[in-house]
Amino acid sequence: MSVRRLAANQPDSFEFTPENAEWANGQIAKYPMGRQASAIIPLFWRAQKQAGGWLPEPAIRYVADLLGMDYIRALEVATFYTMFNLQPVGEHFVQLCGTTPCWLRGADELKEVCRKHIGPEGQVSADGKFSWLEVECLGACANAPMVQINDDFYEDLDIARFEKVLDGLRAGREMTPGPQNGRHSSEPLGPLTSLTSIPTSSGESK
Amino acid sequence: MPKVTVDGIEVEVEAGATLLQACEAAGVEIPRFCYHERLSIAGNCRMCLVEVEKSPKPVASCAMPAADGAIVRTTTEQVKRAREGVMEFLLINHPLDCPICDQGGECDLQDQAMGYGTDGSRYRENKRAVEEKYMGPLVKTVMTRCIQCTRCIRFATEVAGTPEIGAIGRGEDMEITTYLEHTLTSELSANVVDLCPVGALTFRPFAFTARPWELRKTESVDVMDAVGSNIRVDTRGSEVMRILPRLNEDVNEEWISDKTRFVWDGLKTQRLDRPYIRENGKLREASWGEAFAAIAAKLKGAKGERIGAIVGDLAAAEEMKALKDLWGKLGSANIDCRQDGAKQGGERSTYLFNTTIAGIEQADAILIIGADPRREAPVLNARIRKRYRMGGLKVGVIGPRHDMTYPYEHLGAGTQTLKELAGGAGFAEALKAAKKAIIILGEGAVARKDGAAILAATVALAKATGAEFNMLHTAASRVGGLDLGLVPGASGRDVAGIVEGASKGEIDVVYLLGADEIDMDRLGSAFVIYQGTHGDAGAHRADVILPGAAYTEKSGLYVSTEGRVQRGQRAAFPPGDAREDWAILRALSDALGVTLPYDKIEQLREAIAAEAPHFAEIDMIVAAGALPDLPAGELDAAAFETPVKDFYLTNPIARASKVMAECSAQVATTKRVQAAE
Repeated sequence: MSVRRLAANQPDSFEFTPENAEWANGQIAKYPMGRQASAIIPLFWRAQKQAGGWLPEPAIRYVADLLGMDYIRALEVATFYTMFNLQPVGEHFVQLCGTTPCWLRGADELKEVCRKHIGPEGQVSADGKFSWLEVECLGACANAPMVQINDDFYEDLDIARFEKVLDGLRAGREMTPGPQNGRHSSEPLGPLTSLTSIPTSSGESK
Repeated sequence: MPKVTVDGIEVEVEAGATLLQACEAAGVEIPRFCYHERLSIAGNCRMCLVEVEKSPKPVASCAMPAADGAIVRTTTEQVKRAREGVMEFLLINHPLDCPICDQGGECDLQDQAMGYGTDGSRYRENKRAVEEKYMGPLVKTVMTRCIQCTRCIRFATEVAGTPEIGAIGRGEDMEITTYLEHTLTSELSANVVDLCPVGALTFRPFAFTARPWELRKTESVDVMDAVGSNIRVDTRGSEVMRILPRLNEDVNEEWISDKTRFVWDGLKTQRLDRPYIRENGKLREASWGEAFAAIAAKLKGAKGERIGAIVGDLAAAEEMKALKDLWGKLGSANIDCRQDGAKQGGERSTYLFNTTIAGIEQADAILIIGADPRREAPVLNARIRKRYRMGGLKVGVIGPRHDMTYPYEHLGAGTQTLKELAGGAGFAEALKAAKKAIIILGEGAVARKDGAAILAATVALAKATGAEFNMLHTAASRVGGLDLGLVPGASGRDVAGIVEGASKGEIDVVYLLGADEIDMDRLGSAFVIYQGTHGDAGAHRADVILPGAAYTEKSGLYVSTEGRVQRGQRAAFPPGDAREDWAILRALSDALGVTLPYDKIEQLREAIAAEAPHFAEIDMIVAAGALPDLPAGELDAAAFETPVKDFYLTNPIARASKVMAECSAQVATTKRVQAAE
């Protein structure tokens, strides 16, 4: 992880849509009087969704005003959590897991795919469709290597499968998230190799 | 109360105290960076590790409550190694730029590295570098040096009440900054530099000018406001290099305002360093003899009712007493120390901050009338905020709406509200119900035409509600002047009367003792003598200028708004031919043939103490008597205003300071930007 800065180009203003504003009021109401600031993370998250996957500076101030917080306190939260993107992201935001299990299973190759098909890390591709970032473990090690694209996990990738996913998304096709090698969830690809029998009450398999 | 054994010494500490406090009580010094007794506990530097029996690993003593029977060891091998480990971690990213660092010589990290550091580093990786952060014209940042103790964040949030500093990012990339590098807006902002244990925050105006070990340190008293903050003036040769706060729990704790701290460059510019005489409309340099002769020509034989004297805001008691005696010998009752025209005087209890500054901490209801403590006395305001943070404080304000750094109930803007409160409604009930209620009346409120009536109404309100009456002064000389009776005698003229008389030609000679805040254009054709330090409004109008000594250049008694007599010490000599002010008046009296009866400052102080005995009680509060009944008067409906229009430019020294001008311009820009938004 490196130093994260606010984007150089920022929109002039930010305001929740009426639906989001209503939803935000519902979130704020969950917290007792004087503790409204606790709602900052859900509100930031919603603001990020509304702004197209990243959190513009006016949105930080807007949410701070909404919660009666000092701007610097809101900025501290926004910069602390890496789930808040301070720079614009592509329509499909690829978060590539580079932590040990994924790395051992070929995350470096996927990185090359990103560089080739999207561009340098952290930059939005020319068509605005993609941007990518290497992130720490996303908790799907059983299906390594994997990436997260927007809200979905694409798992069990290799170069060809990953390229297929990216091409599909670029063409605007609906892609199926989850394991890309045909297995269900994190079950074995072939027949069971262990736990093949029902355990007895003494703990031994029959 | 828990008993703790520290290195074999058994101490009893208050319930809720921390192990670190217990260690201090036992006389054991614990190294620390993030812990500060006036700030909340962060526990993030880990330097204060100690060994506690039955604890599997060293504990951070600053964050660990002292439990009864705890046995603490601070000198064991384990403690030493733990602290050495912490120090090694702190130094991984700390640059080795002590030779060019302004903190060098007074750096906590430097000192403690001597005790717990090693001679070499085991780390070969590059050090972290952090971009500089702009924090305004006063605080310079070198953020690569920051060890993330977060003292500055906690100070800004808790003590100053302007939560502007924060830590963005996380882990190794955590950075201390203000929101988008906005300028700090607090009047106490530079205290973060004192708190910074390393050289990350340093004084911008002091940058690269001196090393601490080259400086001579003089303990003195501040005159920028009427709080009487205790300061330490650091000089090199004859030059004041910087001003730092000095601990006084009863007055300023360990904070001072930015004006107090950074006014020092004003001591070097626009100085009057020799006497001047106006000839053919132009000022020319003169000798002391010529200047005195020119004054004697006008004052000798002048009728008492045709001369007047006005005392400015920065005068010490000595020169005020000398001027008063001189005017007495000249047979004039036209003398006034209230250049803003405040209607104060009389009983001491009606012009003192009777509660005392430390006493604010016991108050549970505060009514502020026509005052803006944040700008008129920032350090005192910090005390009110401290009280607010303890909880259960009600604050009501009559006057303009300002951000006072604590919430308050805005009761009204003018005297109408005061009348309503006198009727016993609203906040008056809160005052009555409070265990200790105090009323703070601002200088601006009594400086109006109906000032006497406002004072009377406020005193009456205080008596009716059982609240303590407090006057918040803005001028350092004011209480001393009132104590010494520098108010017009019977049939004498006050400031307005003297100015009025001068413009009508009824006053021939006006003596300004450092008085610059009056309307000089209205002095008509009067012969104006200005005795002071800076080429400000008074000197521009003057016919004779007598160069005096600034507060850092003379020993003088000052009485703070709470009636505390404190002695300022001379840290440097006055420039050129300038002399100490009382000595000038003494010499002038000789030239006028009405020699004052004191040749040494000690004799003058004896004369002062003979007139007002509390002047002999240095750093003590002599309680004023009971509140008298004052005759009620007609109240004007106009809204209250604060006399401090621009916090950074309230007196001639501050107006001569480049740093203060820069701050003032910053505030103006910030206001414009906010208005535009």
